[in-house]
This record gives sequence, structure tokens and C-alpha cells, in this order.
Amino acid sequence: MKLYCLSGHPNKPCNVVTFKSVTLMLDCGLDMSSVSHFLPLPLVASHRLGSLSTWVPRDADSQLEGELRECMSRIFIDSPPEIGPPTSGLVDFAEVDAILVSNYLSMLALPFITNGTGFKGVVLMTEPTMQVGRIFMEELVEYIERTPKARHAYRWKHYLRSLPQPLCDVKGPKTWQQAYSLKDINSALSHVQIVAYNEKIDICGALKVTAVSSGFCLGSCNWLISSDHEKLAYLSGSSTLTTHPRPIDQTSLKNADVLIMTALNHTPMFNPDSMLGEFCVAVAQTVRSGGNALVPCYPSGVVYDLFECLSNHLDNLGLSLIPMYFVSPMAESSLAYSNIFSEWLSSSKQGKVYNMDDPFPHAHLTRTGRLKPFKSLHAEGFSSEYRQPCIVFCGHPSLRFGDAVHFIEMWGNNPQNAVLFTEPEFDFAEALAPFQPLAMRPVYCPIDTSLNFTQARKLISELKPGKLVVPEMYLRPPPSAPHRTDLTLNLEETPLTYSECQVLDLGIHRRLESVKLAPGLALALNLSNIRPGLSTATISAGLHVQDNKYVLKPLEDEDTISKLPNSYPYGNLSVDDLVQRLAQAGLTDARVEELPGVCIITLENEDVIIKISDASTHIICSNTKLREKLRDILLECLSSF
Amino acid sequence: MPEIKVTPLGAGQDVGRSCILVTIGGKNIMLDCGMHMGYNDDRRFPDFSYITDGPLTDYLDCIIISHFHLDHCGALPYMTEMVGYNGPIYMTQPTKALCPVLLEDMRKVAVERKGETNFFTSVMIKDCMKKVVTVTLHETLQVDSDLEIKAYYAGHVLGAAMFHIRVGSQSLVYTGDYNMTPDRHLGAAWIDKCRPDLLISESTYATTIRDSKRCRERDFLKKVHDAVDRGGKVLIPVFALGRVQELCILLDTYWDRMNLKVPIYFTMGLAETANKYYRMFITWTNQKIRRTFVHRNMFDFKHIKPFDKSYMDNPGPMVVFATPGMLHAGLSLAIFKKWASNANNMVIMPGYCVQGTVGHKILNGAKKIDFENRTSVEVNLTVEYMSFSAHADAKGIMQLIRHCEPKNVMLVHGENAKMEFLKQKIMQEFNINCYKPGNGETSIIPVSIDLDVEVSLPLLKHTMALPTSSSSSSSSSSSSSSSSSSSRGNNTEENRTKKQKVLHGVLIMKNNNLRIVGVNEAWGDLGVTAHNLRFTERIEVDETGPVPALTSALHTLLSQKLGSSQVQAVNEFQLSVADSVFINIQDDEPGKTILLSWTHQDEGLGSKLLDIIKSNYKKS
Ligand SMILES: [Zn+2]
Repeated sequence: MKLYCLSGHPNKPCNVVTFKSVTLMLDCGLDMSSVSHFLPLPLVASHRLGSLSTWVPRDADSQLEGELRECMSRIFIDSPPEIGPPTSGLVDFAEVDAILVSNYLSMLALPFITNGTGFKGVVLMTEPTMQVGRIFMEELVEYIERTPKARHAYRWKHYLRSLPQPLCDVKGPKTWQQAYSLKDINSALSHVQIVAYNEKIDICGALKVTAVSSGFCLGSCNWLISSDHEKLAYLSGSSTLTTHPRPIDQTSLKNADVLIMTALNHTPMFNPDSMLGEFCVAVAQTVRSGGNALVPCYPSGVVYDLFECLSNHLDNLGLSLIPMYFVSPMAESSLAYSNIFSEWLSSSKQGKVYNMDDPFPHAHLTRTGRLKPFKSLHAEGFSSEYRQPCIVFCGHPSLRFGDAVHFIEMWGNNPQNAVLFTEPEFDFAEALAPFQPLAMRPVYCPIDTSLNFTQARKLISELKPGKLVVPEMYLRPPPSAPHRTDLTLNLEETPLTYSECQVLDLGIHRRLESVKLAPGLALALNLSNIRPGLSTATISAGLHVQDNKYVLKPLEDEDTISKLPNSYPYGNLSVDDLVQRLAQAGLTDARVEELPGVCIITLENEDVIIKISDASTHIICSNTKLREKLRDILLECLSSF
Repeated sequence: MPEIKVTPLGAGQDVGRSCILVTIGGKNIMLDCGMHMGYNDDRRFPDFSYITDGPLTDYLDCIIISHFHLDHCGALPYMTEMVGYNGPIYMTQPTKALCPVLLEDMRKVAVERKGETNFFTSVMIKDCMKKVVTVTLHETLQVDSDLEIKAYYAGHVLGAAMFHIRVGSQSLVYTGDYNMTPDRHLGAAWIDKCRPDLLISESTYATTIRDSKRCRERDFLKKVHDAVDRGGKVLIPVFALGRVQELCILLDTYWDRMNLKVPIYFTMGLAETANKYYRMFITWTNQKIRRTFVHRNMFDFKHIKPFDKSYMDNPGPMVVFATPGMLHAGLSLAIFKKWASNANNMVIMPGYCVQGTVGHKILNGAKKIDFENRTSVEVNLTVEYMSFSAHADAKGIMQLIRHCEPKNVMLVHGENAKMEFLKQKIMQEFNINCYKPGNGETSIIPVSIDLDVEVSLPLLKHTMALPTSSSSSSSSSSSSSSSSSSSRGNNTEENRTKKQKVLHGVLIMKNNNLRIVGVNEAWGDLGVTAHNLRFTERIEVDETGPVPALTSALHTLLSQKLGSSQVQAVNEFQLSVADSVFINIQDDEPGKTILLSWTHQDEGLGSKLLDIIKSNYKKS
């Protein structure tokens, strides 16, 4: 069993595991941190961005002219943004039998794996993962395609050393690629096979894989990969907190031979509950003082909890009339889908359907017009609906594309306004860098519900895996807080670790395989009892293999059967017993001679010598009939199976 | 031989009141708990005293409800709250949402309209539903450590499911009601090739092979259109959820296309309720509706308006969907009484009607219906029957059997004579047993079981590395002819044996756990020592030449017989065969003595060599 790590970002996992001749990819997350080095894509031409001065390194040729621009002494690439797909080259994607996707955040690199690589496997995920994942992917494509750039900058990649920080530190920019297209998404998703929680899926007849609830987001799961004798658990984005998704199923993950754990909390220094509280307070303060609140967000996920908590909070403060706009090409779809996946929600949300209520209160908020979804700023009706102060939820959290770019530009110079960062993935200072100087108030309240280190340690001690495998960086404190040794997975037993582009032998050696015994064969077996509770029989049978499954059937070929031993004698022989039985058979002339370590019986008349020592007997004679007779007498004196 | 026992308490050679008791692998399971719509007395509920007198909790491991129709769940509160059962009840989420709505509806009709006493109460329905555990499609749900169930999509109505039930290696599938063809709002039933020991299938339409759906729909629309054109009123008795949505979609689209203005009504405000459920459970509808639901709700009808009782007396044509579906009570019956005598009017029965209902009577041509309060009504209106029930027809049932490959089939929920016909057809076409027990009758289905054993990986790898054994090899003409005669007439069987590898090892049973290991591994596992049994036979021969000459001649002879790779010369007077049998040649003036030595395990080879040597070097 081997693990190949294809992603250096534990929260954008992409690992490959080989087991029993099956190749499985565990998640294919897309590392989008590269986009922060690019200039934002404004909806309408931005005078400010257009007038940023270009930047050229001293020793570069003139062709680099216009590829880089400077804003407040930070250098940005003026190009359609690029993203870093999982490492290729370590694993041939054509060999992958199945991709197991844990949640919609961990599938965004799918087109890079499945398209044009010879991939012929299946992609397994739950229905919400598929639908919401599609929403994420289509939103990304729409954001990038609706603001096309004439020029694609790439020459800067050859002058990395001449560039200032942080651009000179980026890893492998030559592997970065432009975003995929709608066609790519459809082609990638055509490989998807939908699974339910606790559905046992057969892979190549050799393994069974099962998705179990992980409590992190709508339809999110962890995976169990098992043969008849070994169990591997793969834990990706998981949460033990109570939010809207169905709770995590811990029991199923117990007692695995190997537990691979990844995608722990991005922002372990921040408690998600108190961040949610701070978020509500900050939004209320902003709108109360006449400012607007901008919440850059993804089209699904924590944003549902934000709608619910914020509307309650505003109600309590008598601010129910402040409008909330949800601006995304996928806003309407996201709201609609969230309310049809009740089976995937917490029991309290699920319980609502039995009273004919929608699971999420945002259904009610939209019906009453408090929450208004719009495809974009330019969508029909937005300008007539638009009132200030207001709260706008919109993408993209990186602030490099999507309507958020426009709102920052529009509201940025007013200190009454606030931008609230709830998505943990992007650093807010980084996100805001190309918009500086800004008067708008940034509020950082990252809400990451996934396991923090304390919760992870507790979970590990409960699950008791045979071996634990984690990303290497979980053994070191985060670079932003090098002294916080509590922000590591310090365990009594050091786990196995992996890092990007590494191959790790998981050291599971199989000893047994399951085989079916055909009824006819079972009936023909002659079991002999060795001692109570232990019996045994010699077995010769035909082994048949179909779809990697083994069946033993009776042998029909007499010739083959006759060549194989049909019994095995064991233990010591009693000389007295043998002599007695020989006499009963008419062989009365046995002469017994005891020598050190050996006893010799001679049958003078028949020209036979029998040598007996511990655990062995040797018959020497010159008459076949007699030998067979002696053999049978001897076997009567011995136990055998 | 293990067996599966099945006893229908309802739906045995009958439609309605589905309730089937199953014992599999020592587990007792009740499949559905329905009521009979045709009766108002004791026969309405299954006879639970068959199981025991008194509470049933100790006698059942679980109850499984296939869908919300009352002939499948109508007796549930009676059974759990009045007879007594506290164990788990499994059903899908939509069934859990809709089941109490229909139960409450029925309770109201029984208690408030008919004045029945000793009926279950609203509180009992609520308490009963608290015992329900929901199952998701395709999830393997562990009832206990031995019993697992898995639900599959059944079409038929919103939330309907088929159930695969497994205990160890024994399994059965219960279909409930199902539909093998997709329709306007639901998808088709689907199950994987799970090869159960027993398939228990409904057979409502056991002998019907329905004409194309398109024809039926066109026919329906034409009849409705003709009736309203001549100024008649059309009554369509329906159940609140299910077929009615299908017909509403159909009629609404048609009205739109033909630009008709005649009003269509739907009773009881149920349209809105139903609509809401459909929106929440959209994942249970068909592909098309699921794909478009964000922008278009198929259940928002343009032409269909809510009905008020007073409209019954309105003049002019109209179309009314009214509940319940079999004209056995409620508003549909009230409207029927009002409209029945007018020959201009029409009633369309879109589904099956059980015996005892007014629906059943008029479908059988009754011209006058008598009611309990000594009133009666002349049946002058046109009575039409159109099979819009979403049940599998004979073709669909055969298709399901073909698809899941059961080892036995049992038919329930059908009419006896029709079932008999289908039973013969199934036995002929699939060459498997088919059962159709009546109520209270027990069928015992023997099942064969494959034993699961663990094989040590070294032994398995060793076996797989061996050359493939071929049963029709030329080595022994007598044995090959016997083996080919035993498998004659079964070509595939012979082909399969040709691909086999020969595994030889030791099977060890330790505390009922079976394991096969190689002989060398076995000794340690068993804690005993092998007893090494060796034989040496002396063969005196007349050969007079030097010893090495005889050694060499023997080498040549045995190589011819066994293949040269098997025979090795150790030195001038010794040979070894297959590294296990040794031959020693001694000079024994004037002849020679050949010593042949082998162990008990090589008895086969040893005696074969003995035969060869003796027949070639006979001492005179
Ligand atoms: Zn039904």
C-alpha cells in the first residue's frame, strides 16, 4: 500500500493510494492561492487599475513590458489569473481507477485530472457535492470569462529571481494553468457516479469504498476503503461542531489499519462561534451607522449560516428592513438546491420537512424579499432594488474576480463601509493589497468549522487507528505563529508524514484473502478433530477467479486428485500398538529391536524392515501388496487429517 | 439447509392490505403494514394474532414500509400503538413525511364521517411516527450486527422504495409497488444485479401488458375533451398524491395547448400541500424535473384551481379531481352521487379499485348503487377505466426479474388467477421456483449458502503462480474421458474448469472461523508435528550390464514418461524424480536391485514410478 502526495496544500488535498492493484485518488483540490498575485478583473474598466504603473526588472528584456504592475510597492501580474493544478508526472492519471471526492471544495481541480489525460475511471461523490461543486466551478468560469483580458502574461515566469517578494517565492509558476471552461466542467462531471452515505461501492471487485458523513458541509464525507481484511480510513474536511450539515459519523472510522488525516482547520487561532458573533455585531454596527457591508463569499457553505444568524441578529436590533443582496451567477441555484437536500442536513433542519417547512430559513427570507438573489450587478432589477445601507454577499473571496471587485472599488473610499472576511482560505491583507489605499474598514472574522488540532487529537484517540498518516506540516506550528506548539498534531506516537511529490509506503502487508467455498466442496470435506474447537481437513480444490473474486470448487479431474496427498499423518507412533495391529493382520513374526533414537521392527518372513523414530517411520520392503497393507495398518496407528 | 420463511398476513393472492412476514437467517421482519380499503370490519387490518396474542416487540426485529399508500401503511398506528410494537420502523424520508398526512385523513373519514369508535387517534399516529428511522436510497443500513437493509428507487409514488434485506449470505428483495417505466414526474424503478435468494414482487397488473403510455394519454385527453365539449362534467377520483400529479401535468399542458377555458378543479386545498411536498422532495422526482426545478416548478399549474363543495351544483362543464380514489368515501363519492344519474357526465377511474368499493362496483358494470342509509343512485354517466396506476405490468415484472437475477420469486399483491398465469410464465422463462402463498399460508424457500473462508496469501499466490490445470489433458486417457462425460452438455462449465488452478492446502476450523493455509504453515497453526512416513521398495531386475548403464537407461525411460524436466541424475547410481522420489541402483550379482523411495505425500507419484519400472524390467 503506497501513498503519492500530489498537493502541497493540506486543505486542497490530492493524494493517490495504491492498494491491491487498485489505484485510488483521494480528492482533487485546487490550490487557488496563486490568484492573489494577479491584478483583479473589474466588471467595468477601472481607471485606477488601468493607471497603475508598469514594473520591469532591471535585467529583463523589453518583452516583459506590461506584464507586471505595481500598487503600493506590491507587484501584480496583469493577466487572466492562473491556478496551480495537482502535480502531474508522479502518477499516470490514466491508471487511476476511481477518484473519491470528499466535498465540493475538494473537487475543483477535477477537469485537470480527467480531461485529456486518458483517465478512464469513475469519480465518486454524493449528490450535493456534485450539484454544489458544479455551482462552484461554473461560478469560477463565469467570473473569469465575463471579464476577458486581451493579453496573457507568461514571460515573467522566466525572470522569477529578478522579481521582488512575494512573487519571487512562488512555487512552480510554470505549472500554473488558466481556468477551465464550461465544456471542461461538463466533460469532467460526466465521469461522476453518485453515491449515498453508507453505500458500499465495489471497485474492480477488489475493494469496497464507502462515504460516511463528515459534518463539514452539505453532502461532505470521509471515506472508508476496505478489503475483506484491511481497512483504510481517509478523513478530509470534517467538523464536530453543530452547524447545518448532517453530523460526522465517527463510529464508522474506528479501528482502521490506516487513517489518513488532512484538511484540518485553516485558521486554528480563531474560534468559529465567536467569529460568527463578531461578524453579526460588525455588520449591524456598519449598517446602523449608515455604511454598507460587503461579505466576499463562496456561493454555498457557511454563507447559509451567515444568512440565518445575521437575519436573527438584525431582527433583534430592529434592523429587519436592511436589505441583503446575494449576488452570484449561481445565487438562485444555490438557494434552491440547499432546500432540497434535507436528507443531508442536521436532524433539526431535517425535522422541518415533517412540518412542511423548508429546512433553511433563507427560503422564507427570499420569499419575503429580505434576501434578494441576483445573477450580477448588471442583472435585471438590481439597480431598481438597490438601496443603501445594505449588506452584499458576493464572490469571489479572493477579491480578484466576481462582483466583489466592483463593490470594493465602489465603496472603498468611504470609511463608513466595511468589508468582512469570513472565508478562511484567503489572507485578508493579501486580498486587499491591489486595492490599497482603502478607507473602507476591513473586518477579519474567519469562520472555519473544520477540526482544529485539539479536536483532531481527541478524534484520533477515539478512533484508535493502527497507523496515522498526516501532512508533514501538521507537525510544525503554522509559519504565522511559530511559537504556538499547541497548533500542531503533537501526539504520543509520531505519525507517518508526507509532503508534496512524496511517495510513502504505508506498510500494510496483507496476509489473508477471502474465498468462497462452493456448497459441493464444503459437503465433501472430512473434518477431523485435533482438540475441542479446532478441527482440520486436507483440501484439494479448483481455484476460480472472476472479477477479482475467488471461488473454490470441487476438482473433477481424477488424475489431478490422485497426484495430490489426501491425508497428512502427525504425532508419534506407539510401537506396541503397531506390533499388536500387525499380529491382528496375521504378521506375527515381528522382531522389535530398540536402539538409541530408533526402533527397528523386522518381519523376517516377508523381508520387511520398519524403522521408527520420533515423528518419522520408514518401511522398506519388496512386495507392493504387502507395503500397501503395512501402510494402511500404520495410518490406523497414527492421527491424521 | 437454511431456508427463508414467508407468510403473508395480507396481500397473499389479494390486492390491498400488504403485510408480509419474513424469517431470514433467524431474523423476523414485517414488510409493510397496510389496510384493506374494501372492508370496514376486522378484515380491514392484518391478523396480527397470527404472530402472537399481545405486543409484538419481542417477535419482530423490524418493520419496513415501502411507500405511503394506505394499503401499505394504513394499519401501522393500529399495530404499533394498539397491538403494541416498540421496535424500529424503516421508511424513506418522503414516506415519513406523507404517511401521517394520509393516516390522519383516513382517521378523520373513519371517525368523523362514519362515526367509528375504537379507531386509532391522532396522538397514536404521532407516537407511531416517532418510532420511524429514515433510510436514504442505496445506503446500507445496519439494523443490528447481522441484519442489513438497502433501499432502491421504486418509482410508483413520491418516496416509494424497494428493499434489499440481507442476513449473512442470505438475501431477499421486497418490491412494494413499483413502476418500471418513467413518467411525467417520477423516474423508473431501478435495482442492481444483487442476485437475491428470493424476490417478493407485487403483481397488481400480473397479466396486463399495457399499450403504449402515449396512446393511453391521448385516449384520456380525448375522452375528457369530448365530455366537456358536449357540456358534461368529468369526475376523476384520485388519491391526493401520486397519479393525480401526473394527470394534472398532463391536463394542464393540454388545456394550455388547446386553449381550453373549461374549469379544472382539484379538491381540498391538497394541491398546494402536495405541491409543497413535491418541491421539498424534488430529488425523488424524474431527471427532467430535477434539472429544471430552479427556474420552473412543474407543479405550479396554470389552469387547475382549488375546488369548493358548492361548485358541485354549478351548471356547465367542468373537470374535477376529487379524493379518495376508489369512490369509497369522502368528497369523490359525494360528487359521484350528485352526478351519476346524468348520462352527459363521465367518471374516469384512473387506478385499481379493490373489491367492496363503489369504484369496483361501477367498473364491473353496476347500473344501480345502494348505500348504507337505504339510498341508492342510478349509474347513467359514462364510466371509463384507464390504467394510470404506476404499477409494473407483466413486462415490467419480467424485466425486474431479469435485472436482479433472483434464485426464487414470490408473487404477492395481485389476483390469484392472474398470478397463476404469471407464475407459470416466470418458471418457464427463468427456470426458477415461483411461489404465491395465500394469507396465513407459509412458503418455505430453501437457500444454498456459499461459505466464506480466508485463504493465506502465500498459499494463494503460490497457487496462482502454478500452471493452469486443464481437465482434458492427454496425460491419462481414462480419467479425461470420465471427466468429460460428467460435464458433457455443459460447455461453459467445461470452459470454466479449464481455467482453474489447483489449490492444495489444509482447511482449519477454529471456533467456527474457516481458514485455508499451506501444508507447511498448518503445522504451526495446529500445534502438532508432522509424522514423516517413507516407503522404500526393492525391485530386483535381471540387468547384467554396469550400474551406470542401467541408471542412464532408467533416466531415459522416465524422462519419456514424465517429461525430462522431472528427472534428475544425482550421480552414476542415483536419480531423483520431481525432487521428491529417489531411485538408487545397487549391483546385486548377477542382476541389479532398484531401490525406489518416496514419502506418503508422494504416494501418487511413487506408485506410478513403481508401475513403470516393474512393467519395463520384469524379472523373469
Ligand atoms: Zn401503492
